[in-house]
Amino acid sequence: MVLRGRAIYKGRVEGEALVTSMGISFFGGVDPESGVVVEKGHELEGQSISGKVLVFPTGKGSTVGSYTLYRLKHNGAAPVAIVNAECETITTVGCIIAEIPCVDRIPIEQLAAGQRVIVDGDKGTVDV
Amino acid sequence: MELNFDQLAMLNGEHGPAAQKAMEILDALGEIYGAADMVPVSSVQIAGVSYDNLGEAGLQFLTQMADGGGRARGLTTLNPAGMDVENWESLGIDPGFAENQKQVLEAFARMGVVTTCTCTPYLSGNLPHYREHIAWAESSAVCYANSVIGARTNREGGPSALAAALTGYTPKYGMHLDEHRSPTVTVEVALPPAYTAGAQDMPGEGGLRTMWFGALGKAIGEKLQGSGKKQVPYIKGIGTASLEELKTFCASIATYGGTALFHMPGITPEAALKTPPVMTMRVTQDEIDAAKRSLSAAPSEEVDFVSLGCPHLSIKEIARLAELLDGKRVVKEFWITTARPTKHIADRMGYSAVIEASGARFAVDTCCVVAPIKGRFNALATDSAKACYYASGKNEFQTRLLPFDKVVMEALWEG
Repeated sequence: MVLRGRAIYKGRVEGEALVTSMGISFFGGVDPESGVVVEKGHELEGQSISGKVLVFPTGKGSTVGSYTLYRLKHNGAAPVAIVNAECETITTVGCIIAEIPCVDRIPIEQLAAGQRVIVDGDKGTVDV
Repeated sequence: MELNFDQLAMLNGEHGPAAQKAMEILDALGEIYGAADMVPVSSVQIAGVSYDNLGEAGLQFLTQMADGGGRARGLTTLNPAGMDVENWESLGIDPGFAENQKQVLEAFARMGVVTTCTCTPYLSGNLPHYREHIAWAESSAVCYANSVIGARTNREGGPSALAAALTGYTPKYGMHLDEHRSPTVTVEVALPPAYTAGAQDMPGEGGLRTMWFGALGKAIGEKLQGSGKKQVPYIKGIGTASLEELKTFCASIATYGGTALFHMPGITPEAALKTPPVMTMRVTQDEIDAAKRSLSAAPSEEVDFVSLGCPHLSIKEIARLAELLDGKRVVKEFWITTARPTKHIADRMGYSAVIEASGARFAVDTCCVVAPIKGRFNALATDSAKACYYASGKNEFQTRLLPFDKVVMEALWEG
């Protein structure tokens, strides 16, 4: 199955999907050293986004969150790719400065945690 | 989105890696917000300056951009830093923090950014004119620029404002387009007689009306947030407003409502061009009082930190402060936050000497929202509704919102 969306940031990677139906705030919501989600009550609380294809509807919270993605990347704890329903400023800018492939306008409810997927940030596709 | 020759050259890396990265950011933002093209900007205000917010990652990114040949193409100024750049030690800032903060400012300076660190750039030489396209971060200044000046800017974040500085462009969407600047809701305010212009001249009541504007901003902002969509309010019933009142109102409505633009007939320049929408919400005096009370829970006895200058104090406010503190002695930690150029005027006028003789301290280049003061104090007295929001959320202080003159009395009172 190939899901077609919109290319946000370039690069093609394969990885294991980590999926949530909740928004993510990278600043304050994710530990920048380990990549573990620390937001209280979040579906992914306690799980690490490091090395995963992170699938979530849209970003939220402080614009400083863009820098958190950059910091995660430098600590080797960033997701390998990001897939959104609708990408907003924080995640877009974060992916560009951290150079994380990113695709949006994907029907994310068709993706499930644990699936192997290929994200193509040039074509804007997710291959399941 | 259509890019011109200059923009394409940057995107292709012909102007170096920093300009390329900056153009990638703007290109992507333009795509996701459906911009048809970009517009040149004449003024930029960058947020994300305090090391307390940036952290090591932010500093690394800024250093990388400076190393990559990043150079501001137009007038660019900065938001407050995490400390007084010249006087951090006496304010109890950690030397390690100070070192990192200096590196942040150095990276900006290498990129040709003017390192006046203030949330009121329009008082310190970065003043766009009516209808000018600009790219500003700092929510209170964005609201002031769009509404009071009639310039045009979206609510930029730190990196997107930096990208505009290094390229000289911003994608043309949102607040840059006429159709998004029309009011979406009318807000009716009944101004009580106690708050009509001139009331603030009553003895002991100085700043009463300014504080009321802060409470009003919270009351309206929260109502707009409750509507669940981005609103441009057309606010009736205010009559007149001073620069200081509008400065605090913008800070408050942007903090509590995420508002980028409002219109006030008789006060803001675009109001006369617009028709008030039929959809109307009323803000009652009870709601404004409730907004004030919600920020004033801390009793006087608890207050151990007093601050004025959110947004940064104008020279007029500093003159008033010198008058109130002349010959007095403060008994609480009292920070006066303002911009370096304003402090220079205060020095020349002798205000600074009077204020410092009272034991109050200037915290220039910084403010209580971005300085690393969590855990240092218990309760803050201030005249700013915005300062209360960050004091309670970010720093976990209790708050006591008072008019300007009474904030000063709080600092003088033994308790």
